[in-house]
Amino acid sequence: MAKNPEQRDLFPGALELMILHSLRMKPMHGYALVKYIKQVSDDLLQVEEGSLYPALQRMLREGLLESKEGISAKGRPTRIYRLTRAGIQHLEKERSSFEKMFAGITRVLTVAKA
Amino acid sequence: MKWLRQLFFLQRRYDDLSVSIQEHLEERADELMEDGMPREEAVHAARREFGNVALIEERSREEWVWPKVEAIRADLKYAMRQLIKHPGFAMTAIVTLTLGIGANVIVFSVLNAVILRPLNVSEPQSLYNIEHQKHSYYSQSYPDYLDYRDRNSTFSGMAAYDMASVAIRIGKTATKNFGYLASGNYFDTLGVQPALGRFFHANDEHGTGSAPYIVLSYDFWRAGFNSNPNILGTTIDLNKQPFTVIGVASKEFHGTETFFWPDFWIPITNGPLIGYSAHYLENRSTHNPWVLGRLKAGVTPQQASDDLNAISRQLAEQYPAADYGLDARLVKPGLMGDMFGDPIRGFLAGMMILAALVLLAACANLGGIFAARAADRSRELAIRLAIGSSRWSILRGLLTEAVLVSLAGGVAGTLFATALLQAFSKWQPFTGLPFHAIVLPDEKVYVVALLLSLGSGILFGMLPAREIQRSDAAQAMKSGIVPETIFGRFSLRDLLLCIQIALCTLLVTASLVALRGMERSLHAPLGFQPEGVMLAGTDLTMAGYREEQFLPVQKRMLEEAARIPGISAVGIIDRTILGEGCCGREGVFRAGTTDFRKEIFGAHNFSISPGYLEASGMRLLSGRKFSWHDDANSPPVVLVNATFARMMFGNTPPVGQHFLLYRGTRPKEVVGIVEDGKYQSLTEEAQPAMFFPLTQEVNANNTVLVVRTALPSVEIAAALDRTLTRIDPNLPLTLHSWPDALDLALFPARAATTALGIMGFLAAMLAITGMFGMASYSVSKRMKEFGIRVALGAQRVEVMLTALGRPLLLLLSGSMAGLVLGVLASRLLALIVYEATPRDPLVLGGVLLAMPLFGVLATWIPARHALKVDPARLLRDE
Repeated sequence: MAKNPEQRDLFPGALELMILHSLRMKPMHGYALVKYIKQVSDDLLQVEEGSLYPALQRMLREGLLESKEGISAKGRPTRIYRLTRAGIQHLEKERSSFEKMFAGITRVLTVAKA
Repeated sequence: MKWLRQLFFLQRRYDDLSVSIQEHLEERADELMEDGMPREEAVHAARREFGNVALIEERSREEWVWPKVEAIRADLKYAMRQLIKHPGFAMTAIVTLTLGIGANVIVFSVLNAVILRPLNVSEPQSLYNIEHQKHSYYSQSYPDYLDYRDRNSTFSGMAAYDMASVAIRIGKTATKNFGYLASGNYFDTLGVQPALGRFFHANDEHGTGSAPYIVLSYDFWRAGFNSNPNILGTTIDLNKQPFTVIGVASKEFHGTETFFWPDFWIPITNGPLIGYSAHYLENRSTHNPWVLGRLKAGVTPQQASDDLNAISRQLAEQYPAADYGLDARLVKPGLMGDMFGDPIRGFLAGMMILAALVLLAACANLGGIFAARAADRSRELAIRLAIGSSRWSILRGLLTEAVLVSLAGGVAGTLFATALLQAFSKWQPFTGLPFHAIVLPDEKVYVVALLLSLGSGILFGMLPAREIQRSDAAQAMKSGIVPETIFGRFSLRDLLLCIQIALCTLLVTASLVALRGMERSLHAPLGFQPEGVMLAGTDLTMAGYREEQFLPVQKRMLEEAARIPGISAVGIIDRTILGEGCCGREGVFRAGTTDFRKEIFGAHNFSISPGYLEASGMRLLSGRKFSWHDDANSPPVVLVNATFARMMFGNTPPVGQHFLLYRGTRPKEVVGIVEDGKYQSLTEEAQPAMFFPLTQEVNANNTVLVVRTALPSVEIAAALDRTLTRIDPNLPLTLHSWPDALDLALFPARAATTALGIMGFLAAMLAITGMFGMASYSVSKRMKEFGIRVALGAQRVEVMLTALGRPLLLLLSGSMAGLVLGVLASRLLALIVYEATPRDPLVLGGVLLAMPLFGVLATWIPARHALKVDPARLLRDE
C-alpha cells in the first residue's frame, strides 16, 4: 500500500459523502469510482481500497446503494453501484450537515488567526 | 427457512464483492500495461497498490455480519475443507471418537436407566425400601410391616408388596402371569392415578379375603383383553378364584421394581385366596413382602431409620422368638432392594471403569492423530504465522477442527450406541418372566455424550497447540515446527501411542478373561444332559389341587406323556435344576442324633419320580434307582450325590447308611449315589444334594415334567400341551427346552461376557487404528529418506523395518505394560466375571498372540507403501 505521506486520512463520513455524491453523478464500478475521485480532486484525495470496499458494503447493507451486474470499460464483468432513493435523501442530509460543519470550522480558524 | 435464504443472499453479496475487486485489479493492471509495463509486473504492481486482497475482502464481508460470526463461519468453512481434503485423518479421528463415545453412552445409558432414573411415581426421591441392616435380608413379615406402619412418626405412608405368579384364565387357556400382592394403601402411597376405573385403597381391606379386586397393568389389559373398555366390573379367575376388575393402571406405571413389570395388582389381604399359606399374613417369622415407605417432608433418612430401629427394639422385646435382633435400613427402591442392587451396582461400576478406559485409549489415540496432523501442517502454520496471522487465529482454526471432529464422532457414537441399546431394550432374556430392561438414552445421556465428546476432542485436539505457542515463525519456516521431545528421542505422540496400546491390551486381556470364564462355565459338567430334553412346568396349587391330590395327577401325567410316540424317557422333578427359584436347602443330621440345634450341613433337596434319572441323564454311580414301590408305606429312602456322601459318611460305603432331616422323625436310608452336578449357578463349588421319591416327600408346589426325546422341540411341545390340557385344562403350562431354560443360569456370565467382549472389540479396533495412524504417518514422513536409502543400495526389507521399527517397539512395550496392568487389575475384573484371573496361560498366550497380530494388521498397508518406494520418482518429486 504505497501511501503518499502528504495525504491525510479523511475524517469520518467524508468517504461516504464523496462516494454518494460521485455515484449520484453517474453509477460506477469500484475501480472507476477510485479513479473518478482522484481525478476530480486533482490527485489531492486518494481513496484507499482498504476503506472503499468495506464502505461500499456498509452502504449496500444500509440500503443507500444498490449494485447490479454490469460491464467495465474494458468489457469485463463487474458490479455497478448506484444510489437508491434513500441514498439520495441521506446524501442531501449529510451534505447540509457537512456544510454547516465546514462553515463552523472556517469561522473558528478565522478567529484563531486574528 | 429464513436462515437459508439469508445464507444464499450473503453468498451472492460475497460473490459480487469478489467480482468487483477482481475487476478492479485487472483494470489497474491494464492501465499500467498501457503505460508500458510488462504484463506480469503490472499484475503484481496492481496487487501491491491494492493491498491485502483477502484481508480487504474479509473486512468488507464483515460489514454484513457480526465480525465474530463471520470469523467463525470462515473458520468452519476452512476446517471443513481441511477435513475433506484429509479424509484419512478425519475418518481415523472420527472413528476413534465414535468407539470411545459409543462405549460410554452404552454404559451410561444402562447406569442411567437402572440406577439414576427414579421410579415413575410422584416425588420418587422420598421413597425408600425398608430392609434389614444385614445385607441380603430384604423383606419383612406382614405383622412387622403393620407395626412399622402404625407406630412410626417419620413416614407419611408405608406400603407392602410382594411378587406372585398365578394362573389367569382368559377364554379357554390358562396362562401364568406375574403380578403384585399389594397393601391397600400401595397406590395412594405412590401417588399414581389409574388410566381406567379406580385403584384399591386402604379402606377396601377388611381382613383376609375381604377385597377380591384386581387392577390390570396397561400392557396386560391391551395384550390380554384387547383394550376392552367394558372390562371394569367383570371377573377374572386367578388360580380359579374370581377377582373383580376395578381399574387399569396408566401406561407409564410399571410397579415398583425397575426390571419386573407386573401384569396386575391384587390386595395383599387376598393372598391366601390364591393358594398362599394362611400364615402368610400372620406369621411374624416368615418374611415375604417388600416394604416401601415415603418419608414425611423434612425428615432425613437417618431420622427415619432411627425411628424404625426404636420400633424394632420394642418388637424384639414384645416378640422375642420371631423378632429377636430385628433392625431396619433404608435402601433406594427399584432393584429388589439390595438383591439386585448390590451386584448390579458392582457390575456397572466395573463397566464404567472399563468404558472410561476405552475413552481414555480413544483420547490418547486422538491426541496422537492430532499431533501427527499438526506436525504435517507445521510448515503451513509457520507460513501463516510469518505472513502475519495471529497465533490466536491459528489456534482458533485448530480448535474449530477439533470441535468439528468431536461433534461428528460424538454424534456417530451416540447413534451407534442408541441402535445397540434399542436392540437390548427389546431383548427378553428370560422366557416366562416379565423382565424389562428399558435402557434407551434420554436427554441426560445426550448431554453427557456431548460433553464427553467435546471435552475429549478439544482437550486432545489442542495438545499440539502448545508447540504452536512456543514456535518462532522464522525458525519454523525453515524446518517446520519441531515437536517437543520427551526423554530424548521420544515425542509426545510416541508416549500417547504407548499409553493407548497399554490400555487396549488391558481391555483385550479383560475380554479374553471373560471369554475363558464363560467357556469354563459352559463346559463344566452339569450333572445331567440337557440336550434333547423338554421341560413342561406346571403348578398344581394354581389349578386348585390340594397336596394330597398331587400324586394321582402326576402319575397320570407321566403315563399319558410316556404314550406320546418318540419319547424315550419321562420323569418328574419338583423344580427345575438351574432354573428360576432353584433351590431350597435343608439341614441334615447324623442318624441317632437327638440334638437338632446344629446341623451337619445344608443340602439341596429335590423330589423326583421313578424315571427321572433316565429322562434327565443324571448318572447313578452305585446302588439303585427309585421305583413306584418306594411309597408312603415303605421305608423312607433317598439318593444322594457324591459330595453329600463324602461329607456325611467320609470313606464309609454310603449305600445302606442312614441320616436324619430336622423335620423328619424317621431316618432316611441312602439307596444310591448319583453324580455331582450344578444346581443353583454354573459357577458354584461342588454342593451336596439329595433326591427323595415324589411318593414320600413333597417340597415345592411345582411339577416339572422332564421329557427326553429326539423329536424337534416345537413338535414335542405341541404334543405335551395337548396331552396335559386333556388331563386338566386349568393347568398353567410353561414349555421350553432345557437348554433354553438354562438361560437364566447363564445370564450373568453371558451379560458380562457380551459387555466385556464389546469393550475388548472396541479396544482392539482402537489399537489397530492407533498403530495404523502412527505407522502410515511414520512411513509417509520418511518416504524421501527411504528413496535415498534405496537409491544408495539399501534393501527394501531393511527400509521397511526402519519404518516400522518404532511402532512395533511401542507396541511391544505398550502390550507388556498393559499385560502387567491386567494382572494387577484382577480385582476389578472379579467385579464383573466370576473367578476372573488373567494368570491363565491361555489368556496370557492369547494376548501375546493377539497384540502382535493387531500390529501386523495395522502396519500392513503402510509397510507395503514403504516396500513399493520408487527412488527415482520420489527424488524427482522434491
